[in-house]
Order: sequence, then structure tokens, then C-alpha cells
Amino acid sequence: MSRQAVTETDLHAYVDGALPAERAAEVDAYLADRPEEAARLAAYREQNAALHREFDPVLDERPPHRLDAPRLVPTRSLLRYAAVVAWFALGGVIGWQLHAYTADRRADVTSWPRRAAIAHVVYSPEVRHPVEVGADQEAHLVAWLSKRLGTPLKVPHLGELGFTLVGGRLLPGDRGPVAQFMYQDGKGQRLTLYVRVNPDDSGETAFRFAQEHGVGVFYWLDRKLGYALSGEVEKGELLRIATAVYRQLNP
Amino acid sequence: MSDLGVDIEQHIPRLRRYARALTGDRAAADDLVQDTLERALSRFHLWRRGSDLRAWLFTIMHNVFVNQARSRMRYPHEALDGSAADALQYREPDWSDLRDIGGALAKLPVEQRTVVLLVGLEQFTYDEAARVLEVPIGTVMSRLSRARERMRVLLGGDFKASALKVVK
Repeated sequence: MSRQAVTETDLHAYVDGALPAERAAEVDAYLADRPEEAARLAAYREQNAALHREFDPVLDERPPHRLDAPRLVPTRSLLRYAAVVAWFALGGVIGWQLHAYTADRRADVTSWPRRAAIAHVVYSPEVRHPVEVGADQEAHLVAWLSKRLGTPLKVPHLGELGFTLVGGRLLPGDRGPVAQFMYQDGKGQRLTLYVRVNPDDSGETAFRFAQEHGVGVFYWLDRKLGYALSGEVEKGELLRIATAVYRQLNP
Repeated sequence: MSDLGVDIEQHIPRLRRYARALTGDRAAADDLVQDTLERALSRFHLWRRGSDLRAWLFTIMHNVFVNQARSRMRYPHEALDGSAADALQYREPDWSDLRDIGGALAKLPVEQRTVVLLVGLEQFTYDEAARVLEVPIGTVMSRLSRARERMRVLLGGDFKASALKVVK
């Protein structure tokens, strides 16, 4: 019988159930006449069991909210990077003045995209009443919302990206009326474009990204208007659509 | 929701379990998980798609943990062994009863505790544990061996050999 010597590593692997059956049988035989070694390994195995008894309950705990992975995504560098790339791609290089400028209104900038995300979550699952005015009355929709917001609006068409206009509605914003346009693709995936009037002529900003409860929002300021495009789609895809929206609004 | 968020989210319960066992403190453990997730997200471009996301996350957690522990260490240039390693306790764990498993863990030097947890609790293979800890497999084995023996002594000796009846 050409049995290989049993090593300490074998014994640990035996404890951890990591040995092939054949080798485990050899270790069994080795332990049969070594009760002290067998007892030592039994103690090690009991350690593993005790670790599971002690700490497995953590697996069933609900992690604290601060550990929701998607919530960690928004301001982190990945997306900041995407936003920077988009910014340069759009060619609207305004740079430092803007940086200083937007820093001033950070509180404002962080609150309205949240409202956009909430509006998205509220209306996009609607089956019967997703919009107030349907796309079949697009001209009326645009005229009405332009009148209520007090500035001419344009509705981007996203057919090339597979999204058709469902329609739009008027919403209350923090500073007055806001418009929401809704789009839908062939699979029923919906996007909303939230348009609000800026408190003053705010110039332009880069695309910014935020994520609220799984809803991604790209938002930017374009002179009189602030836009926020929301959807539960992958952020790269959402960025592509936001870029298309921007291009249509700034031909 | 991004795929990234979903992928990483699946691993959070196990990261929390490991962190809890490692630190012995609920809040410190969740701090460690949070720091780990943030670092992972900021370095996600370094992750090779298709490779083991769990091992990658544990590697990051280990590095975060060691860096934080090192910054708490009084003698930063001493080798990570013996008494220096004892001084390297991440946060004084709230374990008083030396005869329970948590108390025994708390008494282990950090580099032994990590091995015994990765192998015994998280069921990493020795190879995987070596990669997570970025040490040779021989080092994993010697630490595992020392850790288990020390815990056995701390926990008061042997269990009956009959407990070892193995599934044939």
C-alpha cells in the first residue's frame, strides 16, 4: 500500500471538507488509531460550526439603509466620470465660472431632480392614466404646457432610440408649474422628461446624474429651463438618451 | 437599477457577516462594509468582468480593514506578529466570555482571525483565501493551523472524537 503521508494541510482540508473522497478515507484510516488527533480535528470542526451558529444570523438581518448599493452609486466617480465625458462630448465647455456658479446653488440643484425622480416613480407605472394629454394631441400638449410654464417648450422625439412619446402632464414643482413628458419603448419600459423653469437664466450645466431608489436621473440646466430625464434603465443607456434629448433641444 | 448595484448587493449579507466576525462590533462592521462598498464602486473599472466578484469584494474589505487597523497601531513598523498583532485589534471587541467563539476570535491576532474566518465561516478555498489576503498559500495554512490550535486552547480543549464521525 503506497499511502501518501498525511500532512497538517490534509488534516485541515479534512476538517473543511475539501479533500477528495479517496483521500478523506485515507485520513479516516490515519485517525482511527490516533484518538488525540481525531479529538483535535473534532475541535476544529466544532469551531467552524460555532462560527456559523454565531454569525450566520447576520445573513438574515436587513442591512442598514446606508448599505444599499444603488444609493452609493450616484455621486461616486464612475458616474462623475461619465458626466464629465458627456460634458465634453456636448462641447459646451463653460468650465470654471460654471463650477463656482453651480456650487452656489447646490441645494437647489439637488432638490429638483429628486422631485423629477419622484414624479417618475409616481406616474410611470400608471396603466390607465400615465399622462393627461396623449401623444395623439401633441401640438395641443406642447402649446398647453408652454403656456403654463410661460416659455416655449419643445418635445424631443426619441424614435431612433426606440422610445415613442406617450404624452405629458402638468405637475406642481417647488416654484410653480412643471411639465412631464413620458416615453415608452416596445417592451413597456418608460422614461420621463421633467422640465421646469429655472429661477433665473441659469446658463448651462454639465449632465449630472443621481439615483433615487433605483431610478436613474440625468439632469442639466439649459438657460431658462432645467431638464431631468428619469428611467429605470442602465445608466449608460440613459446617458445616450439624455444626449439625444440635449441635441434635439439644441440643434 | 444598475447591474452593478444588483451584483454587489447580493454580496452584502456575506460581507456583513464577515465584517461582524472580524470586528466583533455591529457598527464598526457596517462602517467597514460601507467603506468597502464605496471603494469597490470607485474602483469598479479595475474589476475584470467575469472574475469572481465576491473574492474581489473580500479582497477590498481586507485591505480597508488592514489599513484602518494599521492606522490605529501604536508601533506601525513592527512586524504583524505576536504582541504587535494583538495591539492591532481593530476595535476592542465587546466579547468578555473567553469560552465562546467570539471571545476566542477576539484573542487571535488579526492575520490569524482573517484566515480562520475566510476558511471556516466564509468557506473560501485555501487558494481563494490566499488571493484575498495576498499571501502565499503556505502562509494561509500556517496561520490557519496556529489560529485553530489557539482557539482550541482558548475554548477549553477537545470535543469528543465521536463528534468527528464523518460522512463516508
